[in-house]
Amino acid sequence: MADLAPARPAPPAPSGGPPAVSSGSPGRRGPRPRRWTRDAVENRAIAVLRPLVIAALLAFTLFPFYYMALLSVRDLSALVAAPARLLPALSELTVATYADVLAPTAEGGQGFLRLIANSGVIALGTVALTLLFAIPGAYAVSRLRFPGRRHVDALFLAVYLFPSILLAVPLFVFFTRAGLRGALGALLLVYVSQTVAVSIYVLRNYFATIPASVEEAAAIDGASRWVTLRRITLPLAAPAIVSNALFVFMIAWNEFLFALLFLVEDRPRWTVSLGLSQLAGSIEVPTTVLMAGSVILTLPIVVLFFASERLLTGGLTAGAEKG
Amino acid sequence: MSASTGVRRGGLRRAEARAGLLLISPTFLVVLALVVLPVLWTVALAFQELRLIQLSTAGLFGEYTLENFEEVFTSSGFWGSLATTLVYATLGTGSAIGLGLVAALALRQGFRGRALVRASMLLPYVAPVVAATFVWGVMLNPQFGVVNAVGTGLLGWEEPVAFLSQRTSEVSLLGLEVGVPTALLTVVVFEMWRSFPFAFLFLTARLQAVPGTLEEAGRVDGATPTQRFRHILLPQLLPTIAVLALLRFIWTFNNFDDIYLLTGGAAGTDVVSVRVFDYLVARGDVGAASAQALVLAAVLAVLVVIYLRSGAKEEVA
Repeated sequence: MADLAPARPAPPAPSGGPPAVSSGSPGRRGPRPRRWTRDAVENRAIAVLRPLVIAALLAFTLFPFYYMALLSVRDLSALVAAPARLLPALSELTVATYADVLAPTAEGGQGFLRLIANSGVIALGTVALTLLFAIPGAYAVSRLRFPGRRHVDALFLAVYLFPSILLAVPLFVFFTRAGLRGALGALLLVYVSQTVAVSIYVLRNYFATIPASVEEAAAIDGASRWVTLRRITLPLAAPAIVSNALFVFMIAWNEFLFALLFLVEDRPRWTVSLGLSQLAGSIEVPTTVLMAGSVILTLPIVVLFFASERLLTGGLTAGAEKG
Repeated sequence: MSASTGVRRGGLRRAEARAGLLLISPTFLVVLALVVLPVLWTVALAFQELRLIQLSTAGLFGEYTLENFEEVFTSSGFWGSLATTLVYATLGTGSAIGLGLVAALALRQGFRGRALVRASMLLPYVAPVVAATFVWGVMLNPQFGVVNAVGTGLLGWEEPVAFLSQRTSEVSLLGLEVGVPTALLTVVVFEMWRSFPFAFLFLTARLQAVPGTLEEAGRVDGATPTQRFRHILLPQLLPTIAVLALLRFIWTFNNFDDIYLLTGGAAGTDVVSVRVFDYLVARGDVGAASAQALVLAAVLAVLVVIYLRSGAKEEVA
């Protein structure tokens, strides 16, 4: 793996660039003698290493994505013949892999179109339900005094830190017993229970930045609490709500464990993640076809991420920040 | 408000409390029903002899016994698995934070396209885990994976390395043959790749909050870049690193998806969470699965209490 690991830890970067270039306030600094002082050596080394480290990090980070896209359009026999070729010949490129992976199973394909629809419905349903629960909840936690508010806060934090494998046993047993294991509705509720706590944290933090005086002004003008929430607070919190919705969508779209536990026996209900993981072990489906499936699974997330990166990065930090 | 009488204020208080409880209750009920009660039920299940096939006939609460714990604690596999989990979580956490720190420092100084580079570095963290593990599995494949093709073709490896299915491999180091846990190290590197962006994001945010005057003062006093890092930046970053270490450790310790999808828990990567899944689904032994989940939960509970007590959560800004 050494060839994939980044070169070596870089010494820290000075904030204002190499001191030889006058980036700070030159008036305060005395003339610098041009000798091989420790300072000069370190600055030279950093100037050389920094671009190298950044390039190595980028290669390490992005190579798997490039490889995924590359293999999804390469011909299988060409891949086996020349596995190390990273710039494929134009002649071996193909999109038949995508046709194969998307086509219904009845026509000999892998039926991913259906899986995309399943994933989409589940992810959008999770977003809608989570927001429906989390917006009022976050408003209550940030604005209203009610008995047990502090305990609810601690509970949601604990839920956020609780890993899903610990819930796998009881939920699997319970839903099997209740005969609801294949039910999409049951899975939706499980997803909501996983995302609603972190959503409340993100939204609560954002509500806290909206001055209460704005709402008080509306109240003085005679608006009820509900009208204030709908007309004043929600529009002001729109950026946080959108970024939270995207965040929840990504969690639900990417989720694997509960989809595996709940849906694995029923192929027409598989999500894209589940379908890919189940077919990955089979020898009948060519690797390049499954790579096309991987691109289909990853692409919506990458597009959403870059389209909303600015919003979302705030959401990711806010999400893990927990006030 | 100040003009209102005590009675009216009490009425408003009560109305506010009612509205608050009304708004929070749907969330509370979902969390109660699908998180809190199931966790408590796991405790009950851990003390019962319950198999998946008896499920339709067994009651929710059966006879209580300590046999599951006896079985789990006396089986040779469990303690080895717990040790593997600790090694995996420690190495995964450390390497992810280390790489995140390197990335945050390297990208501190502005340049054209830095925003794009920063965003790109977050991709492993947001990408679907199934796609990421699949592409890594193909990359490392001994027959047609690019890593082995390059390794045998260009780097002079004698034979392809089965990164994900080989328990140990002999590596000659200074003339000594050393056994290296191949598959375990591979999943650690994957974990580093996947979660360094999380550390990178937090450390970047924290670095932006370090007052520039501190470093400027250090520079005026003649501190070299490494000295400024050691004595000025690092003390500023340490609280953030501590919180990150705790959070990452909690998640890595309980990580199921990555290892299950990469190795299925084979070749010396048998972490406890994968064992829980195997006992539950493959063996249908609900009791033993619950007992092992409880061990995970106990470790987790200790860590969460440390996290809440430390007051360190305010440090992540």
